[in-house]
Amino acid sequence: MHSFHSMLNYFPEEVLEHIFDFLTSHRDRNAVSLVCKSWYAVERFSREKVFVGNCYAISPERLIARFPRVRSLTLKGKPHFADFNLVPNDWGGYVQPWIESIVRGRVNLEELRLKRMLVSDESLELLATFFPNFKSLVLVSCEGFTTDGLAAIASNCRFLRELDLQENEVEDRRGQWLSCFPDSCTSLVSLNFTCLKGEVNLASLERLVARCRNLRSLRVNNAVPLDALQRILAQAPQLVDLGTGSFVHDPDTESYNKLETSMQKCTSITSLSGFLDVSARCLPAVYPICGQLTSLNLSYAPGIYSDELVKLICYCNRLERLLVLDTIGDKGLGVVASSCKELQELRVFLSDVYGIGNTAVTEEGLVAISAGCPKLNSILYFCQQMTNEALIMVAKNCPNFIRFRLCTLNPTVPDAITMQPLDEGFGAIVKSCKDLKRLSISGLLTDQVFLYIGRYAKQLEMLSIAFAGDSDKGMLSVLNGCKKLKKLEIRDCPFGNVALLADMGKYETMRSLWMSSCEVTFGACKTLAQKMPRLNVEIINENDQIEASVDDKQKVEKMYLYRTLVGPRKDAPGFVWTL
Amino acid sequence: MAHENDLNLKATELRLGLPGTDESDDMVSTANNNKRASPESVDDSELKANSAAKSAENETSSASKSHIVGWPPVRSYRKSNLQPKKEDSETGMYVKVSMDGAPFLRKVDLKVYNGYTDLLKALESMFKLRIGEYSEREGYKGSEYAPAYEDKDGDLMLVGDVPWDMFMSSCKRLRIKKGSEAKGLGWAV
Repeated sequence: MHSFHSMLNYFPEEVLEHIFDFLTSHRDRNAVSLVCKSWYAVERFSREKVFVGNCYAISPERLIARFPRVRSLTLKGKPHFADFNLVPNDWGGYVQPWIESIVRGRVNLEELRLKRMLVSDESLELLATFFPNFKSLVLVSCEGFTTDGLAAIASNCRFLRELDLQENEVEDRRGQWLSCFPDSCTSLVSLNFTCLKGEVNLASLERLVARCRNLRSLRVNNAVPLDALQRILAQAPQLVDLGTGSFVHDPDTESYNKLETSMQKCTSITSLSGFLDVSARCLPAVYPICGQLTSLNLSYAPGIYSDELVKLICYCNRLERLLVLDTIGDKGLGVVASSCKELQELRVFLSDVYGIGNTAVTEEGLVAISAGCPKLNSILYFCQQMTNEALIMVAKNCPNFIRFRLCTLNPTVPDAITMQPLDEGFGAIVKSCKDLKRLSISGLLTDQVFLYIGRYAKQLEMLSIAFAGDSDKGMLSVLNGCKKLKKLEIRDCPFGNVALLADMGKYETMRSLWMSSCEVTFGACKTLAQKMPRLNVEIINENDQIEASVDDKQKVEKMYLYRTLVGPRKDAPGFVWTL
Repeated sequence: MAHENDLNLKATELRLGLPGTDESDDMVSTANNNKRASPESVDDSELKANSAAKSAENETSSASKSHIVGWPPVRSYRKSNLQPKKEDSETGMYVKVSMDGAPFLRKVDLKVYNGYTDLLKALESMFKLRIGEYSEREGYKGSEYAPAYEDKDGDLMLVGDVPWDMFMSSCKRLRIKKGSEAKGLGWAV
């Protein structure tokens, strides 16, 4: 042992640094930095990519102090349940203070990736002004900015490689932001503006595509018509990833024929998405490239029913990732099972987003997929009903699940045949899938399912629970058993103070805990906050009744707690109370 | 103990109104009458009664599902971007269909059909006849019937000449012509 340590100390730092260069995963780098002080020092000066899973866990100043050479920053803001309207818009997650600190710290930022954060035009303008080498901006589920901010990025970031906007709420100011890319800009590799609602100057877009010879990924929005797409494809046959705009046209026209020809020449396209507006009669244009596709997203395509979907998918023999609507039906999933033997990830979304009607998929479709696609490791499945028998069969067919998310339309629906809870089915899943990292459960569920999860889901990192369980025992099973748990989100379950307070230290090993409409009281939350100074315990009270003397016995509507090194945040709005 | 039983039921009950609001008794479902004895030993028959009552409730109270905030868990972006095209399927595009010699007319919804083949098959089945094969040069061969339609201008046109979408938007009324009149339509001048 002793001689080993001294041997390592003889390695010059440059050698250590060179070795650390091979470590790309931030988890590996975090582990390495814990070995000893000298390794910590070498690692922190050589780290270029930093991942911050909760923007309130650390301050930008401390981050820059530790990693002065950071070039790429990933930040996540709001809790996951914010996606489903459970968190008010102005809860927080502002990127502005981060950008200001980075500017002050004279950091050479080149990449910024944000998820569920509030981004203002001012933030984007700061980025554009102060980071001349800025190369990559990826915004996922963010809001607060307009196309004016995008115009600033387009105008000023001379070496921009990537502008990737995924599912953001962007106010369209119709200021021709895309035309702001100067003629000298030829560096774009990836451009995704699917989520923008307004028109772009088509001629500008075509010229941009023509001069960016390294463009690999292009996803346009619905305002780009099919004939414009054809002209773009003619200029960019090297594309690897395509997101179509409006895919509606009279197929008996020359424009459409030209599209078919141009599409055929795109022999590198392996990923296809878009189709926010599509006519089934235009889909045949895509058939020639189906055999190349590894990723296909039709989950925003309205009005394309099972027969048409199947005609397309049966050609997609290399497909690894498929996103569709439940209009595909169980039969359609059967075709997927027999055609897509390489399938790894499947997501079946609701076509009726308000969940009022029926879905066309049941447990049968899921079983068919599991039987036909042995490489399946990730699934998101919205369905009408489920059975234990089906889940047990799925568990047997596919022991390799990393992500398993099931959502029944009725959150407490029992086994469709036996009318029993779905405990045994999910139990089989966690028992069989030893590498399971993410799980969402749904249906009628008792404490038993949590016993199984605690006992078997040893690699589980994220668990989402709604309308499940009978008592504190359920939550306790999870907290005690799932050693690698990072994120736990619970709504409408009978879990209360006993479960919350049983192992307070556990929360410092996790990123966050969300509990809403459960049985925890103010008193218990206060106790937790008092005893654990390195946790922020936030109470979200939308009725703005943050009275000084709240009854300790009163139940808390929404609680979000997370570990942090920097204490209560200063930007919390009035309805958020950090205890 | 009674308090704990309440919790059990609340967790699995579909409620109207926002979660967390105080339970108002007039909204309590009939399934609440069965109370579970303890969380661990669930009485099978009670559970079945609960579930049966609940699933009966499910069919009738599907409206209450939409009142649960944030359920089903669909991202707001997806909700606002997926156009369900419901309006189209509800209004339909019905046109009258007359056949020479038939006592009364029929009506068909053009939106239901994928194209001409579909439509003609449906007409054949509806009127119990054979329509024959379409060709651009000779119209419908092999039968004494020919399908025609009245367009926006009131002209009588042979079905099948123009693209389906165009046909759908210009067709005001269908007429199945028979015998010599059919031949007159079908034969190129």
